[in-house]
Amino acid sequence: MLGIVGYGAYIPKYRIKTAEIAKIWGKNPKEIEKGLLIKEKSVPGIDEDTITIAVEAGQNALARSGINPKDIGALFIGSESHPYAVKPSGTVVAEALNINRELRLADMEFACKAGTAAMQIILSMVKAGDIKYGMAIGADTSQGRPGDALEYSAAAGGAAFIIGKDPAAIIEDTYSFTTDTPDFWRREGENYPKHGARFTGEPSYFRHIIQATKGLLNKVGRNIEEYDYVVFHQPNGKFPVKAMKYFKVPKEKYLPGLVVDRIGNCYSGSSPIGLTAVLDIANEGDKILLTSYGSGAGSDSFSIIVTKRLKEIRDKAKKTEYYIERKQYISYGVYTKFRKKLKI
Amino acid sequence: MIKMVHRSSIPLHWRLYEPKYKLVGNKCLKCGESFFPPRNICPNCGRKGALKKIVFSGRGTIYSYTVIRTPLDGFEQQTPYVIGVIKLKEGPKIVGQIVDTEIRDITIGKEVKSVFRKIYDDSPSGLIHYGLKWVVIE
Repeated sequence: MLGIVGYGAYIPKYRIKTAEIAKIWGKNPKEIEKGLLIKEKSVPGIDEDTITIAVEAGQNALARSGINPKDIGALFIGSESHPYAVKPSGTVVAEALNINRELRLADMEFACKAGTAAMQIILSMVKAGDIKYGMAIGADTSQGRPGDALEYSAAAGGAAFIIGKDPAAIIEDTYSFTTDTPDFWRREGENYPKHGARFTGEPSYFRHIIQATKGLLNKVGRNIEEYDYVVFHQPNGKFPVKAMKYFKVPKEKYLPGLVVDRIGNCYSGSSPIGLTAVLDIANEGDKILLTSYGSGAGSDSFSIIVTKRLKEIRDKAKKTEYYIERKQYISYGVYTKFRKKLKI
Repeated sequence: MIKMVHRSSIPLHWRLYEPKYKLVGNKCLKCGESFFPPRNICPNCGRKGALKKIVFSGRGTIYSYTVIRTPLDGFEQQTPYVIGVIKLKEGPKIVGQIVDTEIRDITIGKEVKSVFRKIYDDSPSGLIHYGLKWVVIE
């Protein structure tokens, strides 16, 4: 049985309220909040980036797993905000986490689903017997152009998963659905992404989430009703709830993993952080369905079954709820400084 | 005005990954004293000492601190910021930046833990120097 032997989340401490951003751009805060169902979003500190977030999440995953970092044979970090265009985030993270130098490592990019793609690759490597344990991380400090709709949601955070034998949560199977869809992109050298608004909902998010989820259910031979928790990618509060309604998933099954209203969209860390929030409360035997979404576009869907080991490991690191509730509000002025939007 | 500049070369930064990233120091097995940064020779025991590499826990208390309002070059956007002397649980005192904590909440004796952060960029196109900073344990 293979699956998650350790997991950890990290969310920066700073928050900016949707109303604070709306005020600057002369928008009606209530309309924006109602439209996106996001009250506030996380903001990385001036000294935080995808690498530092990945290290903190990785430390929590290592603490929970109890394994020697030297036993980790592969590290893949998914992000759309790697600090370097050329030089892997993973090498810094591996050094900081004291991971084995006999290591397979690469950075990955697939908009908001690079973290789950990393999980699939690590799972395959462990399954093939090439490595004993591997670490997959989804982390981002996502960018939103000032005044753009994305500025209300683009947030920062990440989650790390160590995959191997004797797991706390078995990864029963995965399924992916991928197409060439022009819904969101950022060209080389550009500071901010662009989005093809007409594509954002139906042909992008909903099509891929629904197809991947249906594909997974078909592959494992289950109905969605058999799952105790369902987590979908969370670009805003509205989309995942609408997708849950499509599958007739009741609130009590998706609210524990729905964190976007309090921290925003952490891109590659989005659905992975939702999964960590569920792992913090799930019980032995519980089934979890996770489906990510990355613009461009694709979705990875996971069928996960909790084992009795989860209860033994989850208190060995700070829970996701701790990071969500640990917060300090900042003004739009401080936000522009933290996000290096001020040119001095 | 003379600008204070804090920079280390790329080779020096690379050579110091262990202490900077992982708080690796050493301990003399003869007298029991721990050192950070690691020493080549135990100052108490001299050549009779036996130094062993250890990884510090990353926990300590604020021994002293100062608020910097006239920053070093490269730290302008962090001003005002706090530099503290941290007394590690294992004994040695080290200097580091205390972050993510309101200045009014920083007092001598408070418990802190290490966090991995960007220390500074050489330039927008240069190397990013990472290392450990400190946060007050909530």
